Formats: sequence, C-alpha cells, structure tokens
Amino acid sequence: MKRSEQSVKRVIRPFSNAWGGVTSHKLRSLLTILGIVIGVSAVIALMSIGKGAEADILARIQTLGADLMMINPGSGMSAGGIRGAQGSMTTLTMEDATAIANKVDLVSSVTPLYSKSLQLIAGSQNMNSQVTGTTPAYMQTYNLNTLSGTFFSDYDLQRGTRVAVLGYNVWQTLYGGSDPLGQDLRLGTIIVRVIGVLESKGSVSGSPDDKVFIPLTAMQQAVAQQRTARGEQVISSISLKVKDLEQSDKIITDITGLLRSRHQLAATAENDFTVTSMEEVASTVSETMQTTTMLLGAIAAISLLVGGIGVMNIMLVSVLERTREIGIRKALGALDRDIWIQFLIESAFLTLAGGLIGVVLGWGSALLLSTFGTYHTLVSVDIVILAVSVSVGIGLFFGFYPAWQASRLNPIEALRHD
Amino acid sequence: MIRLQDIVKTYPMGNRELQVLRGVSFTIEQGELVAIMGPSGSGKSTILNLLGCLDVPTSGKYYIDGQEVSQLSSNELAHIRAHKIGFVFQQFNLLPRLSALSNVILGLEYADSDDRKLAMDSLTTVGLADRAHHRPTELSGGEQQRVAIARALAKNPPLILADEPTGNLDSRSGEEIISILTSLHEEQKITLVMITHDARIAQHCQRIIYIKDGQVEKDEKV
Repeated sequence: MKRSEQSVKRVIRPFSNAWGGVTSHKLRSLLTILGIVIGVSAVIALMSIGKGAEADILARIQTLGADLMMINPGSGMSAGGIRGAQGSMTTLTMEDATAIANKVDLVSSVTPLYSKSLQLIAGSQNMNSQVTGTTPAYMQTYNLNTLSGTFFSDYDLQRGTRVAVLGYNVWQTLYGGSDPLGQDLRLGTIIVRVIGVLESKGSVSGSPDDKVFIPLTAMQQAVAQQRTARGEQVISSISLKVKDLEQSDKIITDITGLLRSRHQLAATAENDFTVTSMEEVASTVSETMQTTTMLLGAIAAISLLVGGIGVMNIMLVSVLERTREIGIRKALGALDRDIWIQFLIESAFLTLAGGLIGVVLGWGSALLLSTFGTYHTLVSVDIVILAVSVSVGIGLFFGFYPAWQASRLNPIEALRHD
Repeated sequence: MIRLQDIVKTYPMGNRELQVLRGVSFTIEQGELVAIMGPSGSGKSTILNLLGCLDVPTSGKYYIDGQEVSQLSSNELAHIRAHKIGFVFQQFNLLPRLSALSNVILGLEYADSDDRKLAMDSLTTVGLADRAHHRPTELSGGEQQRVAIARALAKNPPLILADEPTGNLDSRSGEEIISILTSLHEEQKITLVMITHDARIAQHCQRIIYIKDGQVEKDEKV
C-alpha cells in the first residue's frame, strides 16, 4: 500500500462519509437546510435592494457633478446644537461671490443664488415654488441642459429682463407638458415670460426640477432686496465648480479664510457660513445607505441564525439515530477525532448546500425585482461570498456540539444501541 | 500473544460496586482457536470487551501482541482496534446504507489500508465475490455474517474476536459460519477467540475457557 495514496484517502474519506450521511436522508437534508436557504436568499435579495438604491442615489449625485461646491449662510451647528434652517440667515452677499471668483484659485462658474418661495400663477394653474435669481453660469455649475427653449443670457442679466426658465416638474405641474415658451407667468408681484424648460435631473434634494430660474437682477425687482449693514446685497447661497477635485480641501480652506476676513469674524467666532462639496455629500449618502443596507442584512441574518439552530437540532437527532453506526466505526478503530470531523463536515456540507441554493434563489429574486418590480437591485459578489462563507461557518458552529457528542459516545454502549 | 493477568472489572451500580470480573488470568498463544463459554451474566462479554480494547480493566494487566494496554487512552485503544483486532458480532453490525464491498472497505479505512482489491479478495475468501454490490438488507443472515467476517479479516489482524457469531443464525447458516472460521484458522493460522454458549460449536475449537461468576472455572483442551 502506497503511503501517499493512503494519506490522500485519509483527507477525502471524511468528505465521502459525510456525503453518504447527507444523501441517505435526502428529504430530511433538504428540509434541514431550508432555513439556511431562506436566510441566505433574504440576505442576498435585501442587500441587493439596498446596494441598488445606493448606486442610484450616487449616480444622481454624480449627474450634478462631484466637483460642485455650495456655500450656504449659517454655521453647521449653532451654539445650542440646533442647526439653523438654511437660508434663514443673511450673511452671504453678492460681493462675497465676486471676491471668491476673483481671489480663490482653481474655481470656476461662481454662481450667486437668491431664492424665495413664491406663488406661481399660469392661467388657471397655480403652485408654490422656489424661485431662484441667478446668473447664466448656473447652467455650467449644475451641468444642466434645456429640454426646450434657452436659458437666459448675460444680456438678460444686465438688463434685468423679466424672463424665466422652468424646472421639469414645475413645467409639468403648471402646463401639463404643453409648450410653455412665450407664455406669461406670474411670480409673486411680477410677470415674466417663459423662455425655456430644463431637462429633469431626478429627485435629488435641491434638484432644479422643482425650481424656477430668473435673472438675479429681475429677482431683485420681484422681491425687496435686503442689504447688510455694510450695504452689500444679500444672497441665499453661492455655488461654484472646483477645477481640481484633489485640491478641494485647500479650496474650502481658501474660501473659508476669505469669507471670514470679509465678514470680519473674530478668531474665536464660528463661521457664519458653511461650505459643502458634492463629494462630501456623496460620501455621506453612501455611508448612510451602507448603514441601511447593513441593517437590512442584519435582519435577514437573523433567519440564518434560526436556520443554524434547525441544523443543530437535526444533527443531534442524526447523532442519536446513528449511535450504532458510531459504535461500529469506533469498534473498527475510528478515533474520536474521526467521528467528530465526519459529523462536523456533514453539518458544514448541509449549510454550504443551503447557502449555494440560497444564493441562486436570492440572486434570482433580485433579478426578478429589478425586471418586473420598481426596485433597482445590485448583487455584489462580496456579499455572495460572505453569505456562503457565513453559512458554512454556521454549519461548523452549530454542528460543533452534536459532532462532539457523537465523538464522545462509548463504543460498547453505542454498539448495544438499537 | 494475549495475556490476562489478575483482571478485575467493576461497574458502579447505584452507590454499590458491581464486581463483574474477579481476578481473571489466562494466556492465549499465537494461532490458537479458543472458545470462551459460560452462562449469561458470568462476565464473558466483559472479557470480550476487554480483549477487544473497547474497555479497560479496573485493575490487572492485559498484554496484546507484547503491548500492555490496560492503561491506554481511548485514542490509543482505537489505534489498537484499527490495526490488531477484527470483530465479528452477533448482530453482524454492518452499515445498512453501504454495499457489502463498502462495508469491508470501511473496516480497512481506519487501519489506513483502504484498498478495493484487498476488500474484494477478502469477500472472495468468504465466498461472496458475486454479492459484493448488494446491500445488507438484500443478503441473508448467513451472508451478512460472512461480510462481517470479510470485514474483520481484510486488514489481516493478529487477533479476531467473535461474539456469539452464530447467535442470530439458523443452524445451517451457523454451521457454515463456523466452518468458514475454522478453515480460516487452519489455512491462515489466525488467532481466533470466540464467545459462545453453544457446546457443539465450542467443540470445533482447540481449547475452551469456562467462565463462571467472574472467574475462570475451567480451562481445558478439546
């Protein structure tokens, strides 16, 4: 007998023994792994929904551009720990925007925005919407395209022409999809002519879809323009593009320094404005969604745990039922370890099979959900690998005790067992 | 080959101790064919368990093949069972889901001499080569016991222990099993120890050890 051949057989043997054990009770084995199957498929399907939603949101943010940066009045956190509603403070001015455009490196399309919620009336339709006075640079800053008509021009801005460009949802609400170009629209106290409609950007918070855009100068006529103590024109926020994403930290520092000195803040005072980059927002959203996804996964993992307990239960029954087999094996010279490994592998084998079937079912239902349902799902390979290894781990964990019990049986008593 | 020396075995029974063997000593030489006889409860099964290294004595010494085994751990005993002892049980003790051949291979596995040809040869010796792929349920009692003998024989152990090998068989199958065992003993010079309460079967052996009340009552050549 060749030695190497025997050692190969010694490795393979417990696997074939376990296979024999599992396949000798096919229906029972199938029922045993059902809990694992359901657990794994739930983990895969739920995680794929979470991942899909995350990917969707990030993709929408990407369409606004990761290089977008926004400056809003108010500090991130007030002294009382309550964040002031954005726009409720009036610390940013038109002159701030000009200064940023002139003095900060690596920025472009610095766009001042002055927004107010106004009532819009078009014929018999009316709605409340955010009306934003801005400059033509807004188009580049937010990567926008017009669906029909044009955005207003620098000429319109200089003259304060009373023209408006509608966000996609505003157009749908007021005109129900019919051609609005050339129509008159009442914004609060002034009447403007519609010259364009913007393409939809999807429902990201602060999406232009729900807004109306008019030249900043026209906005100053529509609503009473506030001025600061130093006589500068108050605006709601400033948006800009970063030319080099690598440098965004430095740009934030530069803007912060410039605005602090312009606002004459004491060294100990908090910023009276907040600089937010889309890059940061994207990572925040991504983190939040990951947490949500993990939570979904954790809930599904509970069913995996329940499945594991089921496996343990059946393994205990199986050990009891096969007491005589264990006795025979021991009489033939099986070590405690041989018996232990055989049952442990059998248990891991069951849960591995359950995991693999679960992956197929979970992946299948994720595909069905995105094909026939409203969800966008994304199955990631690392979750598949994780789910399968966790199910094997469950088999080893919950099989440990039954296998140990089997290995400890006294051969004489086990042989006497019926 | 085998030497028992003042073997005592007690089992706890409630708060008392039940003394099953009370100083058993005998020697069995290589190539002997020995029957152990005695009424039920005499302790002969306990002797077989000790001889088979399934259990250890409470006191006394047991030498098998020159090795003292009464103090060994359960894994060391398993190693001796795997390599030095072949069992033939009254209940055959085959695994029902395995074929005759696989049952014989199972006996070889733990002796690390797992080999299909060896197993097949062993089945041929007991005249069951043509039934190798039948499961135990498809075999008669006599055939099942022949598979069990093949399993014990395949690894070529120095000692074969048979516990009432004909106890579950009709007399004709019983004769058959005994003739297989005795001819194996004659041809291959194996050491064979058989427990039986059937005097006719014991007559086929060279020597009979009578056990009564946990002691050797009589030890005589046939």
